[in-house]
Amino acid sequence: MLDDVKPKPGAGAATGSGNVLEVQDLKKHFPIRKGLLRRTVGHVYAVDGVTFSIKAGETLGLVGESGCGKSTVGRVILRLIEPTAGSIKVEGHDITRLSKAEMRPYRRQMQIIFQDPFSSLDPRMTAGNIVGEPLGVHGVGKRRERRDQVAQLFERVGLRRGQMDNYPHQFSGGQRQRIGIARALALNPRLIIGDEPVSALDVSIQAQVINLLMDLQRELGLGYLFISHNLAVVEHISHKIAVMYLGRLVEYADKRTIFTSPKHPYTEALLSAVPVPDPAIKRKKLVVQGDVPSPMRPPPGCHFHTRCPYAVDRCKVEVPALRDLGGGQLVACHLR
Amino acid sequence: MDARADVQPEAGAQALLEVDDLQTYFFTRQGVVKAVDGVSFALRRGETLAIVGESGCGKSITALSLLRLIPDPPGRIVGGTVRLAGHDLMTLDEPAMRNVRGNDISMIFQEPMTSLNPVMTIGRQIAEVILLHQDVSRKEALAKAVEMLRLVRIPEPEQRVREYPHQLSGGMRQRAMIAIALACNPKVLIADEPTTALDVTIQAQILELIVELQQKLGTAVILITHDLGVVAETAQRVIVMYAGRKVEEAPVGELFAHALHPYTHGLLASIPRLDLMRGEVNDTPQRLQEITGIVPALTDLPQGCVFAPRCKFADDRCRAQYPPYEQKRSGHWAACWNSDALYGGALHA
Ligand SMILES: Nc1ncnc2c1ncn2[C@@H]1O[C@H](COP(=O)(O)OP(=O)(O)OP(=O)(O)O)[C@@H](O)[C@H]1O
Ligand SMILES: Nc1ncnc2c1ncn2[C@@H]1O[C@H](COP(=O)(O)OP(=O)(O)OP(=O)(O)O)[C@@H](O)[C@H]1O
Ligand code: SF4
Ligand code: SF4
Ligand SMILES: [Mg+2]
Ligand SMILES: [Mg+2]
Repeated sequence: MLDDVKPKPGAGAATGSGNVLEVQDLKKHFPIRKGLLRRTVGHVYAVDGVTFSIKAGETLGLVGESGCGKSTVGRVILRLIEPTAGSIKVEGHDITRLSKAEMRPYRRQMQIIFQDPFSSLDPRMTAGNIVGEPLGVHGVGKRRERRDQVAQLFERVGLRRGQMDNYPHQFSGGQRQRIGIARALALNPRLIIGDEPVSALDVSIQAQVINLLMDLQRELGLGYLFISHNLAVVEHISHKIAVMYLGRLVEYADKRTIFTSPKHPYTEALLSAVPVPDPAIKRKKLVVQGDVPSPMRPPPGCHFHTRCPYAVDRCKVEVPALRDLGGGQLVACHLR
Repeated sequence: MDARADVQPEAGAQALLEVDDLQTYFFTRQGVVKAVDGVSFALRRGETLAIVGESGCGKSITALSLLRLIPDPPGRIVGGTVRLAGHDLMTLDEPAMRNVRGNDISMIFQEPMTSLNPVMTIGRQIAEVILLHQDVSRKEALAKAVEMLRLVRIPEPEQRVREYPHQLSGGMRQRAMIAIALACNPKVLIADEPTTALDVTIQAQILELIVELQQKLGTAVILITHDLGVVAETAQRVIVMYAGRKVEEAPVGELFAHALHPYTHGLLASIPRLDLMRGEVNDTPQRLQEITGIVPALTDLPQGCVFAPRCKFADDRCRAQYPPYEQKRSGHWAACWNSDALYGGALHA
C-alpha cells in the first residue's frame, strides 16, 4: 500500500493519512490482588490515557521516567497484554479487540526489539534459529531459503554468518541486541517498537545500530516507536517526541520544538539532566528531587506536582489537559 | 589540576586494588576466546575508574574475573594477579572468596533480571545479604531492606519489599540491585552499566548517590559504561579497552581533550551530541559517524594491532606488530604506533 511512496523522514513522512499506528486514549490498569481470595485491592495506573499516531517512515520518540509506563504502552500496542480502555489502529484497522487468530496478519506488521537482550532470547536456541523462528512460524520460504535469509539478516545487522550456530550466552550484550533486531526484521514489518533498543550498546555500536535503523526506515518506510531514556539518541533518531510522566503524556511535539523550547517543567528537568560528554563543561543540574510517586496511588491533579518547582495549589487538585500551544506543541501544564 | 591526575596506571603500594596482567580465556569449540588478555590497572581508595570500550571487548569479564565469577568450564583465569589491599585473591579458597564478594567487593550487574532471584521477594534478597554480613535479627534485616530501598529512591518501599522482580519496572530492578550491592558497605563497588535502564533524572540521582557514598565511605568504584556523558561527569580516570586489551588510559579531562588512540577518537566522534540543544539547525535525522567494521572474533585476532582492520591509519608495521603500551604524555598511556604522528601534543595544543 505504501510501497510506492518514498517517505521523507524530514518532512515527517507526508504520506497523507498514512498512519502506521494510531493510539487513542489508551489505558492499562494492572489490578493489585491481595489475600487468599486474591481480591483486587487497587490498580497500578501504568498507562492512563495516551494518544498519538505514527506515520510510515516516521519515528516517534517516547521518553520519560523509569516506571512511567513506556514499555507497557509498547506491550499493549502489540497486544502482548490487553488494554483496559482505548483503541489501537494499525494501518487504519482497529486491532483492539481482535482474536488471536485475527491478530495473526497484524503480528507480522509489528515487531518489537526488547529492552533487555538477556532475558528476551531463548538460551537453548542457536542465534540463527532465534532469528529464523518467525519465518518458520509464518511459513515463509523453504528451509534452505530461510537459512540464506537468516544469513543475510545476520550480515545486515553486523553479525558474522559463522555466528549463526552459536548460543545467546556466547554473545556479548551488544551482539545479543543485534540478534533481536535481525529477528524483528525477518518478517518485513511496517512498525517496529524499540524498547530501549540501543541502551545496552556502547557508542560505536550504538551509532551503527542507529544508522542501521535509520537506513531501514528510509528504505522500507518503517514507522518506529522508539522508547528510550537516552535523550541524545532520541533527539538524533526521532521526528516527533512524546514525553510521559506516570502513565500520561505531558508534552508532545516535533523534536525541534521539544529540544529548543520545552514548555513542560518535567521536560525542562529531563533536558537539564542529560549528561554532557565533555568534562570541560560543568553545568548546574536541575536535579528534580523527591521520589517518583507510585503509579498505584498517583498524586491527584497534576501527577508532577510533588516534584515540580513551580507547582501552585491548583496543580494539586486539577488535572491539566493536554493543550495545543500552537504549532502542534501539546503541553499538559496549568501555567502554560 | 585534578587531585588524582598523577595516579599512575601501575601505581604503587597505596593502591586498594591492583590488577596485574589478568588473562581470562574461554575454551570453546570455535577455539580459545581471549576475552581478557593482559589487563593491568590499579585503583585507589575513593577513586572512580571508568572502563569503556566496544561491546564484547571484555569489560564485564574483567569485572567478573576480579570476583572470580567466571563460569568454569568454559572459562578460566589463566594468568595474572588481583590484589586487594595487598592480598592475592587468586589463591583464596572458595569460602574466603565468598567472604570477599560479600564484604569487600560488590557488584551491580549489567543484567538485573538474571542476577535477581525471580522467586524471592526483593526484600528477602536484600535481607539475606544483610544477614550474611551483620549480626542482626531477621526482622531487623527486613527493616533495613526497606531503608535500603528508600536510599535508592524506590517509591513505597514498604510495599515493594514484598514484591518479586517481575513486578518492578526495569529501572526499579536496577535500583534494587544497587540496594543489594550497597547493603554491605563494600570497599570496592563494581558498577557494570549501573544506569543503563534508568532515565536521566533518576540516573542523575543514582550517580549522585554513588558519589555521595563514595565520599562518605571511601568506596572505590569501577564504573563500566558506554555512556561517555556519564564518564565525563563521574570518573576521574578512564581505561579504554579493545578486543580484550587496554588500548588507552588517562585522567578523564586529558582523555577527552587529547585522545591518543584512533579507536578512542572514533568513540568520541560517534556520540549523538544533542545538536538542537547546542543551536544546530538539523531537523532531519543525521547519520552518526561510525567506526566501520566489527570487533574481530576473539578466537581469531589479527596479527599486529588488533584495531588495524578498522583503523584508517593502519600501515604495514601496524599489521605486523602489536604496538607497545607506553606512557605518551604525563599519566596518559596508549598502544598505537602512530599516535605521536597523528595526535602527538601539537594537534590539540
Ligand atoms: N505485570 C504487571 N503487573 C503489575 N504491575 C506492572 C506489571 N507490569 C508493569 N507494571 C507496573 O506498571 C508501571 C509501568 O511499568 P513499565 O515497565 O511500563 O515502565 P517503563 O516506563 O517501561 O519503565 P523503565 O524505563 O524502568 O523500563 C510500573 O509501576 C510497573 O511496576
Ligand atoms: N561463556 C562464554 N563462552 C564463550 N565466550 C564468552 C563467554 N562469555 C563471554 N564470552 C566472550 O567474551 C568476550 C567478552 O565479553 P564481555 O561480556 O566481557 O563483554 P563486554 O565488554 O562486557 O561487552 P558489553 O558491553 O556488550 O557488555 C565476548 O566477546 C564474549 O563473546
Ligand atoms: S501543572 Fe503545576 S505541577 Fe504540573 S507541571 Fe504545571 S506547574 Fe508543575
Ligand atoms: S597501531 Fe596502527 S592500526 Fe593500531 S590504532 Fe595505531 S595507527 Fe591504527
Ligand atoms: Mg521499560
Ligand atoms: Mg558487559
